[in-house]
Amino acid sequence: MFKNIYFRLGLISTLVALCLLIDLPRVPIKSDNQWLSVDSFIGGYSFSLFGGRYQFDFSKFKRGLDLNGGVRIVLQANLEDIAPEDREKAVESAVEVIERRVNLLGVSEPHISTLKVGDDYRIVVEIPGVGDVTEAISLVGETAQIKFMELKDDVEWNVENYQQYYFSPDVWQETDVTGADLKGAAVVFGSGSKAGLQDRPQIQLSFTKPGLDKFSEVAKKNVGKPVAIFLDDEVTPISMAVVDQNLAQGLVSDPVISGSFTMQEAQTLSVQIRAGALPISISVVEQQTIGATLGEESVQKSFFAGLVGMGMVLIFMIYMYRHMGVLADMALIIYTIIILAIFKIIPVVLTLPGIAGFILSVGMASDANILIFERIKEEILWGKPEAMAIKHGFERAWTSIRDSNISSLITAFILFEFGTGPVKGFALTLSLGIMVSLFTSIVVVRTLIEVFNIGDFRKVTQK
Amino acid sequence: MMNVMKYKKIYLLFSGIVLLPGIISLLVFRLNLAVDFTGGSVFTYDISNVTSLESAEQTVKDAFSEQGVPINELVSSQDQIEVRTEPVSSEVNDQLLQKIKESQDSISQKSFITVGSIIGRETALKAFKALGVASLGIMLYIAYAFRNIPKPYSSLRFGVSAIIAMLHDAFLLLGMFSLLGKFHGVAVDSLFITAVLTVIGFSIHDSIVVFDRIRENLKKMPSSWGFEDVVNFSIVETLNRSFATSLTVLITLLSLFILGGESIKYFVLALLIGIISGTYSSIFTASPILVIWEEHILNKNKKS
Repeated sequence: MFKNIYFRLGLISTLVALCLLIDLPRVPIKSDNQWLSVDSFIGGYSFSLFGGRYQFDFSKFKRGLDLNGGVRIVLQANLEDIAPEDREKAVESAVEVIERRVNLLGVSEPHISTLKVGDDYRIVVEIPGVGDVTEAISLVGETAQIKFMELKDDVEWNVENYQQYYFSPDVWQETDVTGADLKGAAVVFGSGSKAGLQDRPQIQLSFTKPGLDKFSEVAKKNVGKPVAIFLDDEVTPISMAVVDQNLAQGLVSDPVISGSFTMQEAQTLSVQIRAGALPISISVVEQQTIGATLGEESVQKSFFAGLVGMGMVLIFMIYMYRHMGVLADMALIIYTIIILAIFKIIPVVLTLPGIAGFILSVGMASDANILIFERIKEEILWGKPEAMAIKHGFERAWTSIRDSNISSLITAFILFEFGTGPVKGFALTLSLGIMVSLFTSIVVVRTLIEVFNIGDFRKVTQK
Repeated sequence: MMNVMKYKKIYLLFSGIVLLPGIISLLVFRLNLAVDFTGGSVFTYDISNVTSLESAEQTVKDAFSEQGVPINELVSSQDQIEVRTEPVSSEVNDQLLQKIKESQDSISQKSFITVGSIIGRETALKAFKALGVASLGIMLYIAYAFRNIPKPYSSLRFGVSAIIAMLHDAFLLLGMFSLLGKFHGVAVDSLFITAVLTVIGFSIHDSIVVFDRIRENLKKMPSSWGFEDVVNFSIVETLNRSFATSLTVLITLLSLFILGGESIKYFVLALLIGIISGTYSSIFTASPILVIWEEHILNKNKKS
């Protein structure tokens, strides 16, 4: 099937068309006359797959801090007091807390990641578009609060109006139980006597000894009434449960929060509770504020420079290799279309070094074609007919293309493995570039040569 | 046919002469390390709206001394002043900015960076690790990819020669930037490390293309051809490709250097130096070393 050039051509065209759709920013299509009335758009699509598990937003490229401006803070987690096996969980909780706090800022696309250096855990927080690093640090650095709330004494409980209580923050009052009374929270499976709750994921809270006593008191007081768990200053509880009759006798074992949770939901909730209950102390080890103007100016300049550079490479290739050069140029343009689409799909966070890596890979993408074309020239010089020369050119240039690109990939992978932020971005765009360029400069160019039947090339391939 | 390899010892001598000032500078002046590696704070102020550079500088200096923050280094250019100090917190930065604004409102802050000294050391260590692991990985790959070359030539010697050429390029670059750091105040940051590692990749890439042709010709050529003849023939054959590839990369880099943003200028310069050196070294360093080494082994075998 792949021998059929039209099949291959169709496949490549489809791929390019798809990538172009992804590359395009949102372009409105509007027409309102008597013949045709359209109000639509093309490009810049966004959608999610499998119930939101995979989110795609092709409306714009993801820009790094150096392009967007913003704040970058690196926090060191102080974990001396926490047992080594619990450290990862504790850091995970801290990240959840920070994420919620940053989201309170209402900025678009904060980026929070963890970094393990030796035995140290670091949390990297990048907040685009925020200029005040001091405010950002105080926001991120506070420890989380979990609160157990009961209904105010003068509020009637009516189970029918469940929703109403959930959404009215002023019917609740604080109890003595706080996050400090919690040891942790874990996902367990229901084994209870209650019908329908077997094998359902539940969240088991574990209290400290004094915490357990306090919670028992609260439970006794509120039998048949709800107790809700609030995080920070959020207005809706993360959990609200009616106290079971059994709890009236006081707690014998750790309480569970049950409900129709999916496994995923239960895990998220337990992490959130732990985040509130287990605030680890953190200290700032690195901070950066990057002005937005610096970024905008640099991006535009570098983008323009990239276009000029690419244009010159296109001209150079035609000058060197004439009609073959034209095909290589088509491949180079296809390369750019595909790689930009990949940047949007993954999505690759574009930084200045990342853009530099991309521009460099345009140069390297031409190398494979140069190797092939030079080889073809030589083969013709040695007296081979053009068709044979092209065939051998591709075959014989392959070993050097393979070995040189594998060694480049080795470097790129090591850069990615050992590098820090900007180095990683560069390594990623470079290695993606190498892989895509191998496809375009070999498969695409070869197909194009067949399609245009250069040097009667089909004579040797269709045999 | 051109006899490129005839002057092989002269090329190595030339490489040595070019490398020497940089190496000396590396030993004497070291590298001018950026906060990425040393730890510290960098304050960048935008002074493009300021009437006099001197008064702006004075304002900044005054603010720092009033706040009791000792300045380690102050670099000013047309539109910005960069101040480096020991690591301070963002509150100190806010106070400093307020002081500066009080006396000259047209100065604004472009960026503020603080890197703890622990992180700095880690980054430097990581970079060296990456360099070591990358060299080893590539050497092993070449030794593997060239394992089928006819005896008595050794694929390991191909690998080592490529690595020596690569180190040639890396040290040329480090030396150049040591000099630039001494006489131009250019600091070596993690972007520069990226550039060095990229150049390493390119250098090896280039050497392999030449070595690939040597590998092919060793099998093809009559046994009356000496090793040097085969290498020479291979270099001449791949000369066009070497120039064409380097030119395409240089074209893109040059346009980035001339037209691109200020913040990647030295990054691109490092790549430019490295790519030129990388092309040169695959022909005039890696190949001569390989020829001298292989012929030395051949002679030794003959004698014994």
